[in-house]
Amino acid sequence: MRIAVLVKYVPDINAERRFADCRVVRDPAEGTLNELDENALEAALRIVEALPEAEREASEVVALTVAPPEGDLALRKSFQMGVDRGIRVSDDALAGSDYFGTTAALAAAVRRLEAEGPVDLVVTGMAALDGLGSVVPALVAAELDRPALTFAKKVAVEAGTLEIVRETDEATETLTAPLPAVLSVADTANTPRFPNFKLIMAARTKQIEAWSAADLDLDLAAVGAAGARTETTQASPRPEKPEVELVQDKGSGGQALAEYLIRNDLV
Amino acid sequence: MAEATRNRTVLVLLDPATEVRSSVLELLTIARSLGRVEAVTLEAPTVEALAQLSAFGVETVHQAELAPATQGDARHLAPVVAATLAAAVRLTDADVVLAPSSFAAKEAAALAARELGAGVVIDAASVTEDGDGRVVAGKRVFAGSWDTTSTVRTEVAVLTVRANAVVPQPADAAVATEVEGFAVAVDGVVPTVVERTPTVRDSDRPTLEEAAVVVAGGRGTGGDFGPVNELADALGAAVGASRDAVFEGWFDRYVGQTGVTVAPRLYIGAGISGAPHHRGGMQASQVVVAVNNDPEAPIFEICDFAVVGDLTEVLPQAAAIIRAHKDQ
Repeated sequence: MRIAVLVKYVPDINAERRFADCRVVRDPAEGTLNELDENALEAALRIVEALPEAEREASEVVALTVAPPEGDLALRKSFQMGVDRGIRVSDDALAGSDYFGTTAALAAAVRRLEAEGPVDLVVTGMAALDGLGSVVPALVAAELDRPALTFAKKVAVEAGTLEIVRETDEATETLTAPLPAVLSVADTANTPRFPNFKLIMAARTKQIEAWSAADLDLDLAAVGAAGARTETTQASPRPEKPEVELVQDKGSGGQALAEYLIRNDLV
Repeated sequence: MAEATRNRTVLVLLDPATEVRSSVLELLTIARSLGRVEAVTLEAPTVEALAQLSAFGVETVHQAELAPATQGDARHLAPVVAATLAAAVRLTDADVVLAPSSFAAKEAAALAARELGAGVVIDAASVTEDGDGRVVAGKRVFAGSWDTTSTVRTEVAVLTVRANAVVPQPADAAVATEVEGFAVAVDGVVPTVVERTPTVRDSDRPTLEEAAVVVAGGRGTGGDFGPVNELADALGAAVGASRDAVFEGWFDRYVGQTGVTVAPRLYIGAGISGAPHHRGGMQASQVVVAVNNDPEAPIFEICDFAVVGDLTEVLPQAAAIIRAHKDQ
């Protein structure tokens, strides 16, 4: 079993996130592995760990990211959780990509991995916490011409078939598809493991493989800011909220709340 | 690039077609401000749905005719909805596609845009046009702390729009609504649906993602949502929860950046500390109120009004006064 986990380096949601020149500022001091990708890494590792020993020994979990060099931090974190390889695709030509440019680069990287040997499964988180679009997994699947099973709450792989259970806004669904496939994992699917000391030490010396756009079979006209089909033309911080009106309840807190709502025509 | 013209055709996704939810009524309202409105469905609309489409100015409903393999439960899967949207755009020469911002519709919108070579905006909070007639979308990002504007550079624009973007407005006059079938071939790989159980929602309350008022309970409820429900009922509000409360099994749907994202007129958080994850799902609300016994709760930083106190005392007292006020 060979699994590629697509991970993203994002600004920490606890830090002050911001734009400059209509692009997200990626400050290395405040960047981190997208938290939801930890669920993807956990799911991938568990799929491999559930295999019979011989198959498990022959398995490989590869973390793959498209990011500037500071994105290595996301791969280090992936190593700490237990992945075997980390690959970063960096290229100035990719900066400013829209969903389709990002997808093209990710799919091209998976295809290059595939040139070494089959990739049975591509696993992602349910969203990246900076953009929250949740559409890249489905787009990567379409680009690779593979089925996408997305937002999985439960995951099982058996006899070359992927089965998931998910809860959409409309229904609870059980879906299956033959491998190779693309899987995105909800944050309710599992609890990501804490790295142990041995893995943390091993992660320090693991080599990150760096690929550029030239290493991939990629149409450069379709990626980066020039190839983007949408353009962010303005970005401005929201005005600060006025100071909160704070009431200490001494028996009439509920009344104060009701009066606030009535006064502001919210009832 | 598109010409500056009101002569556009705007397609609105209606899936399911058994009812027209307020989020879809919003899409129809936005669509009329951009051009002529047509709807796209994957099943026959009900009589009630047709009446609403008529009131909101939809002259034509394009209903997909699918091959047997993609009928049934599979028709709601993203590749099938995407192929339907793309085929409808080609059929009608539409310029804009609008869909709700559910996870399923987002995927369908992105896949349709991929097939059409169109630009896509996910989670738009507003849709307008610029002086050159290009479609422009406003978005609220980074947990509601930044506003961005995106311009679509392609001829066709595909957008998913967040609920509570506009107040739904019927057309000046109702129109006659026709349903027309059209053939849809699905090229993409479609998973197999082994089982599908539609979710039954509490019909006495508005749905969480579309409600104008939301009352949510967190760890501070200790598992008793009685006071939360009581205030929600007094206000005619939807009920939500924090992720912690859902993980505890106290409630089924959580407000958060990976759960349900809400942007109501009024959001009341009770016993919710306001972790970044939760704030990402509600910070775009117009008015934020919190009730928490911890004066240091981070949610107070983003509140307009807050009570430090015991929610089991504060919420029922507020509910009683609101009920009395409404009875006046």
